[in-house]
Amino acid sequence: MVRESFHEQLDKLRGDIVRMGNLVVNAIDMATTAFKRRDMDLAEKVVMDDEKIDRLELEIEKKCMSLLALQQPLARDLRFIGTALKINTDLERIGDYACNIAKIVLTIGKEPFIKPLVDLPHMAELCRQMVKDNLNAFINQDREKALATAKKDHEVDHLYQEVFQELLALMMQNSQNIRQATFLLMIARHLERIGDHATNLSEWIIYMVSGERLELNEKLF
Amino acid sequence: MPAAKRLKEQLGFSALAVLTCLAIVPVLAIVGMLAWKGWPALTWEFLTQPPRKFLTQGGIFPAIVGTLGLTTGTILIALPLGIGTAIYLVEYAGKNIFTRVIRLAIINLAGVPSVVYGLFGLGLFVLTLKLGRSLAAGALTLGFLTLPIIISTAEEALLAVPDDYRHASLALGATKWQTIRRIVLPAALPSMITGAILGISRAAGETAPIMFTAAAIYIPSLPSSVRDQVMALPYHLYAVATEVPNVPDHMAFGAALVLLAIVSGMNLIAVAIRTRMRLKRMR
Amino acid sequence: MENKMETRKLSVYYKNFQALYSVDLPIQKNAVTALIGPSGCGKSTFLRALNRMNEVIEGTRVEGEVLLDGKNIYDPRVDPVALRKKVGMVFQKPNPFPMSIFDNVAYGPRIHGIKKKTDLEQIVHKSLAAAALWDEVKDRLYKSALGLSGGQQQRLVIARVLAVEPEVILMDEPASALDPISTAKLEDLIHQLKQNYTIVIVTHNMQQAARVSDYTGFFLNGELIEYNTTTAIFTAPREKRTEDYITGRFG
Repeated sequence: MVRESFHEQLDKLRGDIVRMGNLVVNAIDMATTAFKRRDMDLAEKVVMDDEKIDRLELEIEKKCMSLLALQQPLARDLRFIGTALKINTDLERIGDYACNIAKIVLTIGKEPFIKPLVDLPHMAELCRQMVKDNLNAFINQDREKALATAKKDHEVDHLYQEVFQELLALMMQNSQNIRQATFLLMIARHLERIGDHATNLSEWIIYMVSGERLELNEKLF
Repeated sequence: MPAAKRLKEQLGFSALAVLTCLAIVPVLAIVGMLAWKGWPALTWEFLTQPPRKFLTQGGIFPAIVGTLGLTTGTILIALPLGIGTAIYLVEYAGKNIFTRVIRLAIINLAGVPSVVYGLFGLGLFVLTLKLGRSLAAGALTLGFLTLPIIISTAEEALLAVPDDYRHASLALGATKWQTIRRIVLPAALPSMITGAILGISRAAGETAPIMFTAAAIYIPSLPSSVRDQVMALPYHLYAVATEVPNVPDHMAFGAALVLLAIVSGMNLIAVAIRTRMRLKRMR
Repeated sequence: MENKMETRKLSVYYKNFQALYSVDLPIQKNAVTALIGPSGCGKSTFLRALNRMNEVIEGTRVEGEVLLDGKNIYDPRVDPVALRKKVGMVFQKPNPFPMSIFDNVAYGPRIHGIKKKTDLEQIVHKSLAAAALWDEVKDRLYKSALGLSGGQQQRLVIARVLAVEPEVILMDEPASALDPISTAKLEDLIHQLKQNYTIVIVTHNMQQAARVSDYTGFFLNGELIEYNTTTAIFTAPREKRTEDYITGRFG
């Protein structure tokens, strides 16, 4: 085994990505819970924690750039660092969406919901699962797992369509509903975007493992 | 540096310096004595006139001519033969038993005493080939005497040419002979010629090989062909020192000084050729 | 793409040692093919087999075929001297002859029978220009080539090869003795040369192979392990042994 220090640095980078992923999964989790339970403190915490995610993103980015410049990685190592750079961005965006959802939760406050929450928590759970599964696929270099995860985005998109129709109907029924319906629609939209970014994660993990560049987002929409 | 260490260092240097001086002393002594004793003999007449009254008067012109003639003959014989053999051995011959035996033979030949070459020349050139005692027989004998030195130095010179040059030339589509003639030989020539001249200048001073094959004690006239016997400086010296009575000291030392000058002159030429060729290549 | 050269089941032996095992490798026209692998993997042996320079080293024996424009260069009717005019070679250490810059470049044309001074001058100018050296040496053409820097010497050697108008240029670690700036110049030159020549380069430096070549072959223990486009080899090799070598996880 040669280039040991290089490979140690790669391992550290891998650890950072996992840490980043866990922070993001937590953010989705907490935002969803805050939404369901109308827990303002928890929502507050999600907004605060986003800072951590942003800092970690910068740190990972810096590590990737310096590894590229100083070690001139090739093949597997090159794909790994390229993947790290890309999913770093995707994870940060997912974190932002979770943060946005928490902000909306704070805005809605304690006012009663205009409809029972069924599909939205379901969507949120799906999204959380996608990110979590991709994180495992990343750790275990599991191409099949990543591919299977990407397929779940179909379901997320489908749910989004339904929520959209439902909220539209509510708005047309009663203009009193428009304010909250718009907020809920924004939450749905954010979750849908999280699904898309989670699909990007799958694509990059597949590239990292096998070198294939698949386009999973378009095909399944 | 600690004092003890420095002392040792200085002792070492001093010892080496003393040894070097000791090595130079004999050289200076010889040259000094020859110059001191021979200088009075060096007149225009001494250098350009034949000897008279059985070497006791006149000059040494025929001996100078004879030595130059023998040397020229030696060069003509030994240089092409020696360089040719070296080229064959280095560039063409494979590494097998046959070439190893040849190399061993050449090394051994270099160690054969010169008087043995003299007897060999007597047997082969003088008697068997019926050349008689002559310039030709002497030059051939000296040529064979020098051959091992010329071959070895030429071989070394060729081996010192980096294979990179050969490969580059061959890779450009040159034939082997083109490569040797245009690249290898020009690169090896300075050291080849230096080696050859040093070898030949050594031969120019030899007495034993020409004693039986070419030299005569007293021939006031110059040789008219290569079949003639000649006078030669080394043999002349040998003769005036041991066989001829009543030769004035200064004439003997004068002849020795001339021989020394010729040999040193050839060595200087060797150095000059090498330096010039090096400069030309580095320019 | 068109194959300028191609080896078929090429094996090379030094006496009893087999240095190459049945190598099949295409060499695309007007492209740079890089050969990489650890020391002793057979890449230099392979390179020398392409212009029969291996015959200069005693005791090599070749099996299989090396095709140049579809014709086997090991056919008994092929003259290795004529072959080497078509397939030129640049060596690891810059090896200009100990003569003037002009004479170095004119050496090839001269041995191939060109004598007219004006013709030679034209060839020398053209070759030095093509080797990106003309501007640096035009005022010292008749000075010794040994006075040039290492990088200039290597470009001079390339000019010398170009002067015999080869079709293929083989380079055996041409930058291994050069500083980074000279290396960069040489790599630029290689890039320009591939417009008109087919180039095969052996290199220890993987980044260099990645920078200059279009196709890459990875050799290990005398075998060709993998051949592909350079991008594929360096981003997603198919063979684990290739991956391990280029990522430094070797051995």
